[in-house]
Amino acid sequence: MNQKLKSYTAQTYIAYALIAPAALYIILIVAWPLLETIRLSFTNSSLAGEDYVGLENYQKMFSSKKFNGIVTRTFVWMFFSVSLKLIIGLIGAVLLNANLKGRSIFRVLVMPPWVVPIAIGMLGWLWLYNGYFGIIAGVGMRTGILDGPFGFLAYKQSAFISTIIADVWVGTPMVTVFFLAAMQGVPRDLYEAAYCDGASRWDRFFKITLPQITPVIITMSLLSAIWTFNSFEIIWILTEGGPRGSTTTLIIDTYKQALGNYKFGRGAARAVVVMILLMLFAGFYLALLARINKKISHE
Amino acid sequence: MNKYNPFEKILIYFGIFVFMTFILLPFIEMFYASLRPLDHLFRSPYQFYSDDLSFWAYREMWNTVPMLGRYIFNSFFLASCVAILTLIFVIPAAYAYARFKFPAKNTSLYVLLAINMFSGAVILIPLYKLLRTLGLLNSYQSMIIPGVAFLIPTAIWLLKSYFEKIPIDLEEAAFVDGASRVQILRHIIAPLSTPGLVVVGIYAFIGAYAQQFLFAITFNQKKEYMPIPTGLYEFIGYQSVKWNEMMAAALVGMLPVLLLFVFLQKYIVEGLTAGAVKN
Repeated sequence: MNQKLKSYTAQTYIAYALIAPAALYIILIVAWPLLETIRLSFTNSSLAGEDYVGLENYQKMFSSKKFNGIVTRTFVWMFFSVSLKLIIGLIGAVLLNANLKGRSIFRVLVMPPWVVPIAIGMLGWLWLYNGYFGIIAGVGMRTGILDGPFGFLAYKQSAFISTIIADVWVGTPMVTVFFLAAMQGVPRDLYEAAYCDGASRWDRFFKITLPQITPVIITMSLLSAIWTFNSFEIIWILTEGGPRGSTTTLIIDTYKQALGNYKFGRGAARAVVVMILLMLFAGFYLALLARINKKISHE
Repeated sequence: MNKYNPFEKILIYFGIFVFMTFILLPFIEMFYASLRPLDHLFRSPYQFYSDDLSFWAYREMWNTVPMLGRYIFNSFFLASCVAILTLIFVIPAAYAYARFKFPAKNTSLYVLLAINMFSGAVILIPLYKLLRTLGLLNSYQSMIIPGVAFLIPTAIWLLKSYFEKIPIDLEEAAFVDGASRVQILRHIIAPLSTPGLVVVGIYAFIGAYAQQFLFAITFNQKKEYMPIPTGLYEFIGYQSVKWNEMMAAALVGMLPVLLLFVFLQKYIVEGLTAGAVKN
Protein backbone atom coordinates (compact mmCIF):
# COMPACT_ATOMS: atom_id res chain seq x y z
CA MET A 1 0.00 0.00 0.00
CA ASN A 2 1.19 3.46 -0.87
CA GLN A 3 2.59 5.43 2.06
CA LYS A 4 1.07 8.65 0.74
CA LEU A 5 -2.45 7.32 1.13
CA LYS A 6 -2.66 6.89 4.88
CA SER A 7 -0.30 6.38 7.72
CA TYR A 8 0.14 2.84 8.98
CA THR A 9 -1.86 3.23 12.19
CA ALA A 10 -4.78 4.99 10.54
CA GLN A 11 -4.86 2.12 8.08
CA THR A 12 -5.03 -0.32 10.93
CA TYR A 13 -8.03 1.42 12.45
CA ILE A 14 -9.87 1.57 9.14
CA ALA A 15 -9.12 -2.10 8.47
CA TYR A 16 -10.35 -3.15 11.91
CA ALA A 17 -13.49 -1.07 11.53
CA LEU A 18 -14.22 -2.70 8.20
CA ILE A 19 -13.65 -6.18 9.56
CA ALA A 20 -15.50 -5.60 12.83
CA PRO A 21 -19.05 -6.45 11.69
CA ALA A 22 -18.03 -9.81 10.21
CA ALA A 23 -15.74 -10.55 13.15
CA LEU A 24 -18.39 -9.74 15.76
CA TYR A 25 -20.93 -11.85 13.91
CA ILE A 26 -18.61 -14.85 13.90
CA ILE A 27 -17.68 -14.31 17.53
CA LEU A 28 -21.35 -14.26 18.55
CA ILE A 29 -22.61 -17.11 16.37
CA VAL A 30 -19.58 -19.41 16.22
CA ALA A 31 -16.88 -18.57 18.77
CA TRP A 32 -19.11 -17.93 21.78
CA PRO A 33 -21.17 -21.09 21.16
CA LEU A 34 -17.95 -23.11 20.98
CA LEU A 35 -16.89 -21.84 24.40
CA GLU A 36 -20.40 -22.22 25.77
CA THR A 37 -20.41 -25.83 24.59
CA ILE A 38 -17.29 -26.46 26.65
CA ARG A 39 -18.94 -24.92 29.73
CA LEU A 40 -22.15 -26.88 29.22
CA SER A 41 -20.20 -30.13 29.03
CA PHE A 42 -19.49 -29.73 32.77
CA THR A 43 -23.18 -29.36 33.61
CA ASN A 44 -26.29 -31.52 33.48
CA SER A 45 -28.03 -28.87 31.40
CA SER A 46 -31.43 -29.77 29.97
CA LEU A 47 -34.61 -27.89 29.17
CA ALA A 48 -35.34 -27.91 32.92
CA GLY A 49 -32.19 -26.07 33.96
CA GLU A 50 -28.59 -26.83 34.79
CA ASP A 51 -26.25 -27.70 37.62
CA TYR A 52 -22.49 -28.01 37.67
CA VAL A 53 -21.56 -31.69 37.68
CA GLY A 54 -17.81 -31.58 37.06
CA LEU A 55 -16.43 -34.35 34.95
CA GLU A 56 -19.44 -36.63 35.30
CA ASN A 57 -20.50 -36.37 31.64
CA TYR A 58 -16.99 -37.21 30.51
CA GLN A 59 -16.57 -40.08 32.96
CA LYS A 60 -19.85 -41.64 31.87
CA MET A 61 -19.03 -41.12 28.24
CA PHE A 62 -15.55 -42.60 28.26
CA SER A 63 -16.50 -45.53 30.46
CA SER A 64 -19.37 -46.54 28.20
CA LYS A 65 -18.53 -49.29 25.75
CA LYS A 66 -21.03 -47.86 23.35
CA PHE A 67 -19.19 -44.57 23.09
CA ASN A 68 -15.85 -46.25 22.43
CA GLY A 69 -17.53 -48.27 19.71
CA ILE A 70 -18.85 -45.07 18.18
CA VAL A 71 -15.39 -43.50 18.07
CA THR A 72 -13.90 -46.57 16.39
CA ARG A 73 -16.80 -46.77 13.96
CA THR A 74 -16.43 -43.10 13.06
CA PHE A 75 -12.80 -43.61 12.07
CA VAL A 76 -13.46 -46.80 10.11
CA TRP A 77 -16.32 -45.11 8.28
CA MET A 78 -14.15 -42.09 7.59
CA PHE A 79 -11.19 -44.15 6.42
CA PHE A 80 -13.17 -45.99 3.77
CA SER A 81 -15.10 -42.95 2.67
CA VAL A 82 -12.06 -40.67 2.33
CA SER A 83 -9.93 -43.32 0.59
CA LEU A 84 -12.67 -44.04 -1.92
CA LYS A 85 -13.23 -40.35 -2.59
CA LEU A 86 -9.53 -39.81 -3.26
CA ILE A 87 -9.08 -42.91 -5.43
CA ILE A 88 -12.24 -42.41 -7.48
CA GLY A 89 -11.59 -38.67 -7.64
CA LEU A 90 -8.05 -39.22 -8.94
CA ILE A 91 -9.18 -41.74 -11.56
CA GLY A 92 -12.02 -39.43 -12.57
CA ALA A 93 -9.64 -36.47 -12.88
CA VAL A 94 -7.22 -38.49 -15.04
CA LEU A 95 -10.08 -39.57 -17.31
CA LEU A 96 -11.51 -36.07 -17.64
CA ASN A 97 -8.04 -34.64 -18.21
CA ALA A 98 -7.59 -36.78 -21.35
CA ASN A 99 -7.67 -34.61 -24.44
CA LEU A 100 -10.76 -36.16 -26.01
CA LYS A 101 -13.99 -34.86 -27.46
CA GLY A 102 -16.72 -34.01 -24.98
CA ARG A 103 -14.50 -33.55 -21.95
CA SER A 104 -15.73 -30.03 -21.24
CA ILE A 105 -19.29 -31.37 -21.02
CA PHE A 106 -18.24 -34.21 -18.73
CA ARG A 107 -16.45 -31.73 -16.49
CA VAL A 108 -19.75 -29.95 -15.88
CA LEU A 109 -21.67 -33.20 -15.54
CA VAL A 110 -19.51 -34.37 -12.61
CA MET A 111 -20.60 -31.53 -10.41
CA PRO A 112 -24.30 -32.02 -9.62
CA PRO A 113 -23.84 -34.19 -6.50
CA TRP A 114 -21.63 -31.43 -5.08
CA VAL A 115 -24.06 -28.53 -5.67
CA VAL A 116 -27.43 -30.12 -5.09
CA PRO A 117 -28.66 -29.91 -1.48
CA ILE A 118 -27.54 -33.14 0.18
CA ALA A 119 -30.96 -33.68 1.72
CA ILE A 120 -32.53 -33.70 -1.73
CA GLY A 121 -29.87 -35.91 -3.31
CA MET A 122 -30.35 -38.44 -0.52
CA LEU A 123 -33.99 -38.89 -1.55
CA GLY A 124 -32.64 -40.35 -4.78
CA TRP A 125 -30.43 -42.73 -2.80
CA LEU A 126 -33.34 -43.77 -0.58
CA TRP A 127 -35.13 -44.82 -3.74
CA LEU A 128 -32.07 -46.58 -5.20
CA TYR A 129 -31.54 -48.50 -1.96
CA ASN A 130 -35.21 -49.50 -1.63
CA GLY A 131 -35.23 -53.23 -0.94
CA TYR A 132 -38.34 -54.15 -2.94
CA PHE A 133 -38.59 -51.61 -5.73
CA GLY A 134 -35.13 -50.05 -6.02
CA ILE A 135 -32.94 -50.53 -9.06
CA ILE A 136 -29.97 -51.93 -7.12
CA ALA A 137 -32.02 -54.65 -5.45
CA GLY A 138 -33.73 -55.20 -8.81
CA VAL A 139 -30.47 -55.79 -10.66
CA GLY A 140 -29.35 -58.04 -7.82
CA MET A 141 -32.51 -60.12 -7.98
CA ARG A 142 -32.52 -60.40 -11.75
CA THR A 143 -28.91 -61.48 -11.94
CA GLY A 144 -29.43 -63.93 -9.11
CA ILE A 145 -26.96 -62.25 -6.74
CA LEU A 146 -29.86 -61.61 -4.35
CA ASP A 147 -32.45 -64.33 -3.85
CA GLY A 148 -35.18 -61.90 -2.84
CA PRO A 149 -35.85 -58.31 -1.81
CA PHE A 150 -33.00 -56.82 0.18
CA GLY A 151 -33.24 -53.61 2.17
CA PHE A 152 -29.75 -52.16 1.94
CA LEU A 153 -30.37 -49.79 4.82
CA ALA A 154 -32.03 -52.39 7.04
CA TYR A 155 -29.02 -54.53 7.95
CA LYS A 156 -25.99 -53.52 9.96
CA GLN A 157 -23.21 -54.19 7.48
CA SER A 158 -25.05 -53.23 4.32
CA ALA A 159 -26.25 -50.00 5.91
CA PHE A 160 -22.66 -49.18 6.91
CA ILE A 161 -21.45 -49.73 3.34
CA SER A 162 -24.46 -48.01 1.77
CA THR A 163 -23.98 -44.81 3.77
CA ILE A 164 -20.29 -44.79 2.81
CA ILE A 165 -21.17 -45.09 -0.89
CA ALA A 166 -23.68 -42.24 -0.65
CA ASP A 167 -21.06 -40.12 1.15
CA VAL A 168 -18.49 -40.93 -1.54
CA TRP A 169 -21.03 -39.88 -4.16
CA VAL A 170 -21.44 -36.49 -2.48
CA GLY A 171 -17.72 -35.92 -1.91
CA THR A 172 -16.11 -37.23 -5.09
CA PRO A 173 -17.06 -34.37 -7.48
CA MET A 174 -15.22 -31.76 -5.46
CA VAL A 175 -12.10 -33.94 -5.18
CA THR A 176 -12.23 -34.58 -8.92
CA VAL A 177 -12.57 -30.89 -9.73
CA PHE A 178 -9.64 -29.92 -7.51
CA PHE A 179 -7.40 -32.69 -8.87
CA LEU A 180 -8.34 -31.69 -12.39
CA ALA A 181 -7.49 -28.05 -11.70
CA ALA A 182 -4.13 -29.15 -10.28
CA MET A 183 -3.38 -31.35 -13.29
CA GLN A 184 -4.05 -28.47 -15.62
CA GLY A 185 -1.67 -26.33 -13.63
CA VAL A 186 1.26 -28.65 -14.35
CA PRO A 187 3.57 -26.86 -16.84
CA ARG A 188 3.16 -28.31 -20.32
CA ASP A 189 6.86 -28.14 -21.19
CA LEU A 190 7.54 -30.81 -18.55
CA TYR A 191 5.39 -33.21 -20.55
CA GLU A 192 6.85 -32.13 -23.86
CA ALA A 193 10.39 -32.66 -22.63
CA ALA A 194 9.48 -36.08 -21.25
CA TYR A 195 7.74 -36.97 -24.49
CA CYS A 196 10.84 -36.08 -26.48
CA ASP A 197 12.87 -38.30 -24.15
CA GLY A 198 10.53 -41.14 -25.07
CA ALA A 199 8.72 -41.46 -21.74
CA SER A 200 5.50 -43.47 -21.98
CA ARG A 201 2.12 -42.11 -20.94
CA TRP A 202 2.36 -44.24 -17.83
CA ASP A 203 5.82 -42.86 -16.95
CA ARG A 204 4.65 -39.31 -17.52
CA PHE A 205 1.77 -39.83 -15.11
CA PHE A 206 3.84 -41.35 -12.31
CA LYS A 207 6.99 -39.24 -12.76
CA ILE A 208 5.47 -35.86 -13.64
CA THR A 209 1.75 -35.56 -12.92
CA LEU A 210 1.65 -37.36 -9.61
CA PRO A 211 4.63 -35.62 -7.96
CA GLN A 212 3.44 -32.25 -9.28
CA ILE A 213 -0.03 -32.58 -7.81
CA THR A 214 1.05 -34.18 -4.52
CA PRO A 215 0.51 -30.98 -2.48
CA VAL A 216 -3.08 -30.81 -3.72
CA ILE A 217 -3.60 -34.51 -3.00
CA ILE A 218 -2.41 -34.02 0.57
CA THR A 219 -4.52 -30.89 1.06
CA MET A 220 -7.59 -32.60 -0.32
CA SER A 221 -7.05 -35.69 1.85
CA LEU A 222 -7.12 -33.53 4.94
CA LEU A 223 -10.01 -31.40 3.80
CA SER A 224 -12.12 -34.36 2.85
CA ALA A 225 -11.23 -36.07 6.12
CA ILE A 226 -12.61 -33.03 7.92
CA TRP A 227 -15.77 -32.88 5.83
CA THR A 228 -16.35 -36.59 6.06
CA PHE A 229 -15.92 -36.43 9.81
CA ASN A 230 -18.56 -33.69 9.86
CA SER A 231 -20.92 -35.58 7.61
CA PHE A 232 -24.33 -35.48 9.24
CA GLU A 233 -27.17 -35.21 6.76
CA ILE A 234 -26.31 -38.27 4.69
CA ILE A 235 -26.41 -40.71 7.59
CA TRP A 236 -29.26 -38.93 9.32
CA ILE A 237 -31.50 -39.13 6.28
CA LEU A 238 -30.58 -42.63 5.17
CA THR A 239 -30.53 -44.43 8.53
CA GLU A 240 -30.69 -41.96 11.45
CA GLY A 241 -27.66 -43.84 12.75
CA GLY A 242 -29.29 -47.26 12.69
CA PRO A 243 -30.01 -50.10 12.34
CA ARG A 244 -29.08 -50.81 15.94
CA GLY A 245 -26.51 -48.03 15.98
CA SER A 246 -24.45 -49.51 13.14
CA THR A 247 -24.10 -46.17 11.35
CA THR A 248 -23.98 -43.93 14.42
CA THR A 249 -20.90 -41.78 14.07
CA LEU A 250 -19.71 -39.18 16.56
CA ILE A 251 -21.63 -36.37 14.90
CA ILE A 252 -24.85 -38.40 14.80
CA ASP A 253 -24.41 -39.44 18.43
CA THR A 254 -23.78 -35.84 19.48
CA TYR A 255 -26.94 -34.71 17.74
CA LYS A 256 -29.04 -37.52 19.16
CA GLN A 257 -27.89 -36.92 22.73
CA ALA A 258 -28.30 -33.18 22.56
CA LEU A 259 -31.36 -32.56 20.47
CA GLY A 260 -33.04 -35.96 20.42
CA ASN A 261 -33.14 -36.29 24.19
CA TYR A 262 -32.52 -32.64 25.11
CA LYS A 263 -29.65 -33.77 27.34
CA PHE A 264 -27.56 -30.72 26.53
CA GLY A 265 -24.80 -31.54 29.01
CA ARG A 266 -24.13 -35.01 27.64
CA GLY A 267 -24.43 -33.77 24.10
CA ALA A 268 -21.99 -30.96 24.87
CA ALA A 269 -19.40 -33.42 26.20
CA ARG A 270 -19.58 -35.28 22.91
CA ALA A 271 -19.42 -32.03 20.97
CA VAL A 272 -16.22 -31.17 22.87
CA VAL A 273 -14.65 -34.46 21.74
CA VAL A 274 -15.69 -33.63 18.16
CA MET A 275 -14.22 -30.16 18.56
CA ILE A 276 -10.88 -31.43 19.83
CA LEU A 277 -10.57 -33.90 16.97
CA LEU A 278 -11.52 -31.19 14.47
CA MET A 279 -8.95 -28.86 15.95
CA LEU A 280 -6.30 -31.53 15.49
CA PHE A 281 -7.31 -31.90 11.83
CA ALA A 282 -7.44 -28.14 11.37
CA GLY A 283 -4.02 -27.77 12.98
CA PHE A 284 -2.55 -30.34 10.59
CA TYR A 285 -4.20 -28.61 7.68
CA LEU A 286 -3.02 -25.11 8.54
CA ALA A 287 0.52 -26.27 9.33
CA LEU A 288 0.60 -28.01 5.99
CA LEU A 289 -0.75 -24.98 4.18
CA ALA A 290 1.86 -22.76 5.81
CA ARG A 291 4.60 -25.21 4.75
CA ILE A 292 3.38 -25.35 1.16
CA ASN A 293 3.16 -21.55 1.01
CA LYS A 294 6.69 -21.24 2.36
CA LYS A 295 8.00 -23.71 -0.19
CA ILE A 296 6.31 -21.84 -3.02
CA SER A 297 7.60 -18.45 -1.92
CA HIS A 298 11.15 -19.89 -1.71
CA GLU A 299 11.02 -21.17 -5.27
CA MET B 1 2.09 -34.65 -27.84
CA ASN B 2 1.17 -38.11 -28.99
CA LYS B 3 -2.42 -38.90 -29.86
CA TYR B 4 -4.44 -41.66 -28.29
CA ASN B 5 -4.72 -44.82 -30.35
CA PRO B 6 -8.24 -46.23 -30.89
CA PHE B 7 -7.82 -48.82 -28.16
CA GLU B 8 -6.83 -46.18 -25.59
CA LYS B 9 -9.71 -44.00 -26.70
CA ILE B 10 -12.23 -46.78 -26.14
CA LEU B 11 -10.70 -47.53 -22.75
CA ILE B 12 -10.89 -43.90 -21.62
CA TYR B 13 -14.45 -43.43 -22.85
CA PHE B 14 -15.45 -46.64 -21.12
CA GLY B 15 -13.85 -45.36 -17.91
CA ILE B 16 -15.68 -42.05 -18.25
CA PHE B 17 -18.92 -43.94 -18.83
CA VAL B 18 -18.53 -45.97 -15.63
CA PHE B 19 -17.52 -42.90 -13.62
CA MET B 20 -20.40 -40.83 -14.96
CA THR B 21 -22.86 -43.63 -14.29
CA PHE B 22 -21.92 -43.54 -10.62
CA ILE B 23 -22.27 -39.75 -10.48
CA LEU B 24 -25.46 -39.42 -12.51
CA LEU B 25 -27.38 -42.63 -11.77
CA PRO B 26 -29.32 -41.17 -8.81
CA PHE B 27 -30.45 -38.22 -10.94
CA ILE B 28 -31.38 -40.36 -13.93
CA GLU B 29 -33.28 -42.78 -11.70
CA MET B 30 -35.04 -39.90 -9.95
CA PHE B 31 -36.11 -38.44 -13.27
CA TYR B 32 -37.21 -41.80 -14.65
CA ALA B 33 -39.18 -42.58 -11.49
CA SER B 34 -40.88 -39.18 -11.65
CA LEU B 35 -42.22 -40.04 -15.10
CA ARG B 36 -43.59 -43.48 -14.24
CA PRO B 37 -47.00 -44.33 -12.80
CA LEU B 38 -46.96 -45.46 -9.18
CA ASP B 39 -48.13 -49.01 -9.91
CA HIS B 40 -45.18 -49.48 -12.26
CA LEU B 41 -42.82 -48.38 -9.52
CA PHE B 42 -44.34 -50.73 -6.99
CA ARG B 43 -43.33 -53.90 -8.78
CA SER B 44 -40.71 -56.19 -7.40
CA PRO B 45 -38.26 -56.98 -8.79
CA TYR B 46 -37.57 -53.66 -10.45
CA GLN B 47 -39.08 -53.21 -13.93
CA PHE B 48 -36.71 -51.50 -16.31
CA TYR B 49 -39.35 -50.66 -18.85
CA SER B 50 -42.48 -48.53 -18.56
CA ASP B 51 -44.67 -47.76 -21.57
CA ASP B 52 -46.78 -45.22 -19.72
CA LEU B 53 -44.43 -42.29 -19.13
CA SER B 54 -45.95 -38.89 -18.37
CA PHE B 55 -45.43 -35.68 -16.46
CA TRP B 56 -48.52 -36.42 -14.41
CA ALA B 57 -46.56 -36.51 -11.13
CA TYR B 58 -45.37 -32.95 -11.73
CA ARG B 59 -48.99 -31.79 -11.64
CA GLU B 60 -50.25 -34.09 -8.91
CA MET B 61 -47.47 -33.30 -6.41
CA TRP B 62 -48.94 -29.87 -5.68
CA ASN B 63 -52.16 -31.56 -4.50
CA THR B 64 -50.46 -34.27 -2.45
CA VAL B 65 -48.38 -31.76 -0.52
CA PRO B 66 -50.37 -28.53 -0.69
CA MET B 67 -47.58 -26.53 0.97
CA LEU B 68 -45.01 -27.49 -1.67
CA GLY B 69 -45.09 -24.09 -3.34
CA ARG B 70 -44.62 -22.45 0.02
CA TYR B 71 -41.59 -24.65 0.78
CA ILE B 72 -39.96 -23.72 -2.50
CA PHE B 73 -40.65 -20.05 -1.82
CA ASN B 74 -39.19 -20.44 1.69
CA SER B 75 -36.02 -21.97 0.29
CA PHE B 76 -35.60 -19.09 -2.13
CA PHE B 77 -36.41 -16.53 0.49
CA LEU B 78 -34.04 -18.02 3.08
CA ALA B 79 -31.20 -18.44 0.61
CA SER B 80 -31.64 -14.88 -0.71
CA CYS B 81 -31.66 -13.37 2.79
CA VAL B 82 -28.58 -15.36 3.75
CA ALA B 83 -26.76 -14.38 0.55
CA ILE B 84 -27.56 -10.68 0.94
CA LEU B 85 -26.62 -10.59 4.63
CA THR B 86 -23.42 -12.48 3.90
CA LEU B 87 -22.47 -9.92 1.26
CA ILE B 88 -23.20 -7.03 3.64
CA PHE B 89 -20.84 -8.46 6.24
CA VAL B 90 -18.23 -9.68 3.82
CA ILE B 91 -17.75 -6.73 1.44
CA PRO B 92 -16.04 -4.38 3.93
CA ALA B 93 -14.05 -7.19 5.51
CA ALA B 94 -12.82 -8.56 2.18
CA TYR B 95 -11.88 -5.05 1.08
CA ALA B 96 -9.84 -4.55 4.23
CA TYR B 97 -8.02 -7.84 3.70
CA ALA B 98 -7.31 -7.00 0.07
CA ARG B 99 -6.08 -3.45 0.59
CA PHE B 100 -4.68 -2.85 4.05
CA LYS B 101 -1.80 -4.09 6.08
CA PHE B 102 -2.55 -4.55 9.73
CA PRO B 103 -1.45 -6.63 12.70
CA ALA B 104 -2.84 -10.19 12.86
CA LYS B 105 -3.96 -10.05 9.23
CA ASN B 106 -2.66 -13.48 8.22
CA THR B 107 -3.50 -15.10 11.52
CA SER B 108 -7.09 -13.97 11.33
CA LEU B 109 -7.34 -15.21 7.74
CA TYR B 110 -6.23 -18.63 8.90
CA VAL B 111 -8.68 -18.51 11.79
CA LEU B 112 -11.40 -17.95 9.21
CA LEU B 113 -10.26 -21.06 7.37
CA ALA B 114 -10.33 -23.01 10.59
CA ILE B 115 -13.89 -21.88 11.35
CA ASN B 116 -14.91 -23.37 8.04
CA MET B 117 -13.98 -26.75 9.41
CA PHE B 118 -16.46 -26.78 12.23
CA SER B 119 -19.77 -28.17 11.22
CA GLY B 120 -22.88 -26.54 12.56
CA ALA B 121 -23.57 -29.71 14.53
CA VAL B 122 -20.90 -28.87 17.13
CA ILE B 123 -22.48 -25.60 18.23
CA LEU B 124 -26.15 -26.50 17.91
CA ILE B 125 -26.75 -26.65 21.66
CA PRO B 126 -25.75 -23.07 22.56
CA LEU B 127 -27.36 -21.80 19.37
CA TYR B 128 -30.57 -23.59 20.28
CA LYS B 129 -30.54 -22.03 23.72
CA LEU B 130 -29.61 -18.62 22.34
CA LEU B 131 -32.42 -18.67 19.78
CA ARG B 132 -34.84 -19.90 22.43
CA THR B 133 -33.89 -17.07 24.77
CA LEU B 134 -34.31 -14.54 21.99
CA GLY B 135 -37.67 -16.09 21.11
CA LEU B 136 -36.47 -16.82 17.60
CA LEU B 137 -37.07 -20.57 17.47
CA ASN B 138 -39.54 -21.55 14.75
CA SER B 139 -38.96 -18.50 12.60
CA TYR B 140 -37.10 -17.60 9.42
CA GLN B 141 -34.42 -15.93 11.52
CA SER B 142 -33.59 -19.19 13.28
CA MET B 143 -32.35 -20.55 9.96
CA ILE B 144 -30.89 -17.32 8.54
CA ILE B 145 -28.72 -16.33 11.52
CA PRO B 146 -26.59 -19.50 11.74
CA GLY B 147 -26.60 -19.83 7.96
CA VAL B 148 -24.80 -16.53 7.45
CA ALA B 149 -22.10 -17.34 9.99
CA PHE B 150 -20.97 -20.44 8.14
CA LEU B 151 -20.76 -18.70 4.77
CA ILE B 152 -18.79 -15.64 5.89
CA PRO B 153 -15.33 -17.29 6.00
CA THR B 154 -15.25 -18.69 2.46
CA ALA B 155 -17.00 -15.62 1.09
CA ILE B 156 -14.28 -13.37 2.56
CA TRP B 157 -11.55 -15.48 0.96
CA LEU B 158 -13.31 -15.50 -2.40
CA LEU B 159 -14.12 -11.81 -2.48
CA LYS B 160 -10.68 -10.83 -1.23
CA SER B 161 -9.14 -12.44 -4.30
CA TYR B 162 -11.51 -10.50 -6.56
CA PHE B 163 -10.67 -7.20 -4.88
CA GLU B 164 -6.98 -7.95 -5.19
CA LYS B 165 -7.37 -8.10 -8.97
CA ILE B 166 -8.49 -4.46 -9.13
CA PRO B 167 -5.35 -2.41 -9.84
CA ILE B 168 -4.46 -0.29 -6.85
CA ASP B 169 -3.12 2.47 -9.14
CA LEU B 170 -6.67 3.43 -10.06
CA GLU B 171 -7.51 4.10 -6.45
CA GLU B 172 -4.33 6.01 -5.82
CA ALA B 173 -4.89 8.20 -8.85
CA ALA B 174 -8.39 9.05 -7.68
CA PHE B 175 -7.07 9.71 -4.19
CA VAL B 176 -4.45 12.10 -5.51
CA ASP B 177 -7.21 13.85 -7.46
CA GLY B 178 -8.94 14.51 -4.15
CA ALA B 179 -11.58 11.80 -4.14
CA SER B 180 -12.73 10.61 -0.74
CA ARG B 181 -12.69 6.98 0.37
CA VAL B 182 -16.42 6.77 -0.06
CA GLN B 183 -16.22 8.21 -3.56
CA ILE B 184 -13.48 5.77 -4.47
CA LEU B 185 -15.60 2.93 -3.20
CA ARG B 186 -18.67 4.06 -5.11
CA HIS B 187 -17.13 5.09 -8.40
CA ILE B 188 -14.16 2.77 -8.76
CA ILE B 189 -14.33 -0.27 -6.57
CA ALA B 190 -18.06 -0.98 -6.82
CA PRO B 191 -18.38 -1.03 -10.62
CA LEU B 192 -15.13 -2.94 -11.12
CA SER B 193 -15.95 -5.57 -8.54
CA THR B 194 -19.52 -6.24 -9.67
CA PRO B 195 -18.65 -9.52 -11.41
CA GLY B 196 -16.87 -10.72 -8.28
CA LEU B 197 -19.78 -9.67 -6.08
CA VAL B 198 -22.20 -11.53 -8.30
CA VAL B 199 -20.13 -14.71 -8.16
CA VAL B 200 -19.70 -14.53 -4.39
CA GLY B 201 -23.40 -13.73 -3.96
CA ILE B 202 -24.37 -16.75 -6.02
CA TYR B 203 -21.87 -18.91 -4.16
CA ALA B 204 -23.56 -17.80 -0.92
CA PHE B 205 -27.00 -18.45 -2.38
CA ILE B 206 -26.10 -21.99 -3.44
CA GLY B 207 -24.39 -22.63 -0.13
CA ALA B 208 -27.36 -21.29 1.80
CA TYR B 209 -29.79 -23.34 -0.27
CA ALA B 210 -27.74 -26.47 0.40
CA GLN B 211 -27.22 -26.01 4.14
CA GLN B 212 -30.86 -25.51 5.06
CA PHE B 213 -31.52 -29.02 6.32
CA LEU B 214 -29.63 -29.18 9.63
CA PHE B 215 -30.75 -25.77 10.92
CA ALA B 216 -34.27 -26.34 9.67
CA ILE B 217 -34.79 -29.67 11.44
CA THR B 218 -33.21 -28.35 14.63
CA PHE B 219 -34.55 -24.83 15.01
CA ASN B 220 -37.84 -24.85 13.16
CA GLN B 221 -40.92 -26.99 13.66
CA LYS B 222 -43.35 -24.72 11.87
CA LYS B 223 -44.53 -25.87 8.47
CA GLU B 224 -45.01 -22.41 7.10
CA TYR B 225 -41.28 -21.63 7.43
CA MET B 226 -39.95 -25.00 6.21
CA PRO B 227 -37.52 -24.97 3.29
CA ILE B 228 -37.85 -27.52 0.52
CA PRO B 229 -35.13 -29.97 1.71
CA THR B 230 -37.17 -30.71 4.85
CA GLY B 231 -40.57 -30.11 3.27
CA LEU B 232 -39.95 -32.92 0.79
CA TYR B 233 -40.01 -35.43 3.61
CA GLU B 234 -43.74 -34.86 3.91
CA PHE B 235 -44.18 -37.21 0.98
CA ILE B 236 -42.88 -39.98 3.24
CA GLY B 237 -45.57 -39.32 5.84
CA TYR B 238 -48.26 -40.96 3.75
CA GLN B 239 -49.26 -44.62 4.06
CA SER B 240 -47.42 -45.56 0.92
CA VAL B 241 -44.72 -43.21 -0.28
CA LYS B 242 -45.67 -41.57 -3.55
CA TRP B 243 -42.19 -41.99 -4.96
CA ASN B 244 -42.94 -40.57 -8.38
CA GLU B 245 -44.32 -37.33 -6.96
CA MET B 246 -41.58 -37.08 -4.36
CA MET B 247 -38.91 -37.47 -7.06
CA ALA B 248 -40.66 -34.89 -9.24
CA ALA B 249 -40.74 -32.43 -6.34
CA ALA B 250 -37.10 -33.21 -5.49
CA LEU B 251 -36.01 -32.44 -9.05
CA VAL B 252 -38.01 -29.22 -9.10
CA GLY B 253 -36.45 -28.34 -5.73
CA MET B 254 -32.89 -28.81 -6.93
CA LEU B 255 -33.36 -27.18 -10.33
CA PRO B 256 -32.70 -23.56 -9.30
CA VAL B 257 -29.27 -24.26 -7.79
CA LEU B 258 -28.38 -26.60 -10.60
CA LEU B 259 -29.17 -24.00 -13.26
CA LEU B 260 -27.34 -21.23 -11.42
CA PHE B 261 -24.34 -23.46 -11.03
CA VAL B 262 -24.22 -24.65 -14.63
CA PHE B 263 -24.18 -21.06 -15.89
CA LEU B 264 -21.59 -19.86 -13.42
CA GLN B 265 -19.61 -23.00 -12.67
CA LYS B 266 -16.51 -21.72 -14.46
CA TYR B 267 -16.17 -18.67 -12.21
CA ILE B 268 -17.08 -20.41 -8.99
CA VAL B 269 -14.75 -23.33 -9.57
CA GLU B 270 -11.94 -20.99 -10.59
CA GLY B 271 -12.40 -18.95 -7.44
CA LEU B 272 -12.55 -21.93 -5.11
CA THR B 273 -9.70 -23.94 -6.61
CA ALA B 274 -7.39 -20.95 -7.02
CA GLY B 275 -6.70 -20.84 -3.28
CA ALA B 276 -5.94 -24.52 -2.96
CA VAL B 277 -4.08 -25.05 -6.20
CA LYS B 278 -2.04 -21.97 -6.90
CA ASN B 279 -2.05 -20.41 -3.45
